[in-house]
Amino acid sequence: MQTDWILAQTANRVLTLTLNRPEVRNALNTDCLEQLVKYLEQADINPDIGAVVITGNTRFFAAGADLKELQQQTVATAITDRRPQVWRRFSQVTKPIISAVNGYALGAGFELVLASDIVIAGESARFGLPEITLGLIPGAGGTQRLVRSVGKSLAMQMVLTGEAINAPRALQAGLINQICVDKLVVEYAQKIANRISAHAPLAIKAAKAAINAAQEMSLSDGLQLERQYFVSLAGTDDRREGINAFFEKRPPKFTGQ
Amino acid sequence: MQNNAMILTKQENGVLTITLNRPDKLNSFNDEMHQQLSEALKIAEREDTVRCLVITGSGRGFCAGQDLNDRNVSIGTETPDLGYSVETFYNPLIRRLIALPKPIICSVNGVAAGAGAAIALAGDIVIAAKNANFIQSFCRLGLVPDSGGSWFLPQLAGHARAMGMALLGDKISAEQALQWGMIWQVTESDALASTVNTLAQHLATQPTYGLGLIKKAIYSAATNTLDEQLDLECDLQRLGGRSEDYREGVDAFLNKREPKFKGR
Repeated sequence: MQTDWILAQTANRVLTLTLNRPEVRNALNTDCLEQLVKYLEQADINPDIGAVVITGNTRFFAAGADLKELQQQTVATAITDRRPQVWRRFSQVTKPIISAVNGYALGAGFELVLASDIVIAGESARFGLPEITLGLIPGAGGTQRLVRSVGKSLAMQMVLTGEAINAPRALQAGLINQICVDKLVVEYAQKIANRISAHAPLAIKAAKAAINAAQEMSLSDGLQLERQYFVSLAGTDDRREGINAFFEKRPPKFTGQ
Repeated sequence: MQNNAMILTKQENGVLTITLNRPDKLNSFNDEMHQQLSEALKIAEREDTVRCLVITGSGRGFCAGQDLNDRNVSIGTETPDLGYSVETFYNPLIRRLIALPKPIICSVNGVAAGAGAAIALAGDIVIAAKNANFIQSFCRLGLVPDSGGSWFLPQLAGHARAMGMALLGDKISAEQALQWGMIWQVTESDALASTVNTLAQHLATQPTYGLGLIKKAIYSAATNTLDEQLDLECDLQRLGGRSEDYREGVDAFLNKREPKFKGR
């Protein structure tokens, strides 16, 4: 039987996934990553889930990929590695993903943070891409998402030195949304996830897709796509409900239709 | 305990006392002493049974800062990198003292000079014997107050007094330090130990977890805006309200009895 590397817990419309390989600092081996993505894909088609929180433990969010796996890799096995597919599936999840980070998010752990939509960090959080110290480079979006998020100078420094930055620096650089005391990180991430989950699911999905598209296309193409999403929501029940509820000064009841 | 111990520790009724112990050198630091202090601090950090930390010096001084005998800076030798010593020893020490979520009493039994003055002022409650004094001696050697000295002084005594102390390096008496708001209390020299002991025993019975949150709030206030601080207070209050000691405190108050705090 396969070991379960992820603890899953649902409360209200929020699924919380906890990386649970403490003996290896939550290193993201392929199995672990795959299990995580499976949970996300199940959540994505489950109408009872509105948003997902991913977290680790108090000392480690995730300290990187599994070095034993990497050690055995040859060019041939690297070419046929299934990890890139797993990462692609991660980025295809349409529901919002919030990372709640305490302690170290390094290498693949940091790339997971970069691939999520919102990041709440504890004061103890540290973010880094130490791949360079092992003679390799980030291989799951580390160079690409980081530079789009913090700009070239900090991205270069982090990737080329391999040195981690602390939470205040990450906040200043725009890498994370909020810092709070460690003990409240998961709770506050869940609070945001709860708020998101209360909104119309189709609108949330369209909004996330539109923002992600901004990374991929020119402004004029992006504006056009945004318009298409906007128009596509015009026919939804939830949009009518949302506007009616506003005028009637009552909380809306969304159905996802 | 080793005979060559430069740091003595004693744990009693929830109070850990760390004594800087190089009395013939006015307890000034060398690298070995830093390492021993670092080990002793681990006890304070890791043991839940420690609910108050007391730092004091043996002999007639509290701490004279860096031991200059450890430095060979005669003309012709390579210039030393004092930044190394600061970033390896002094800065981590001060950061650990500030971050320790338990109250720290510095019992200043005699001269506190240079980094020793900064370490004394890093205590949450500083009690000095009448004969103790504080000296920012760095300016006499062409150096800068380190170990947080240049931060503590303006925070505690204000800009004008900080400048005077740091640029002139004059000896500030315990009484003067008290008047300027740098420390909490001055005692007769022979009453220092018992005063500190009474206070430490008291603190060790208090809601330690809550005291740790208070400490965090107060230190954060120095760099936060009011807005940020209000948010932090909200977070910390949320945590305090979930502690066992809060329930105990309220219950004891409502039932008009003495609370029994567990520190969590």
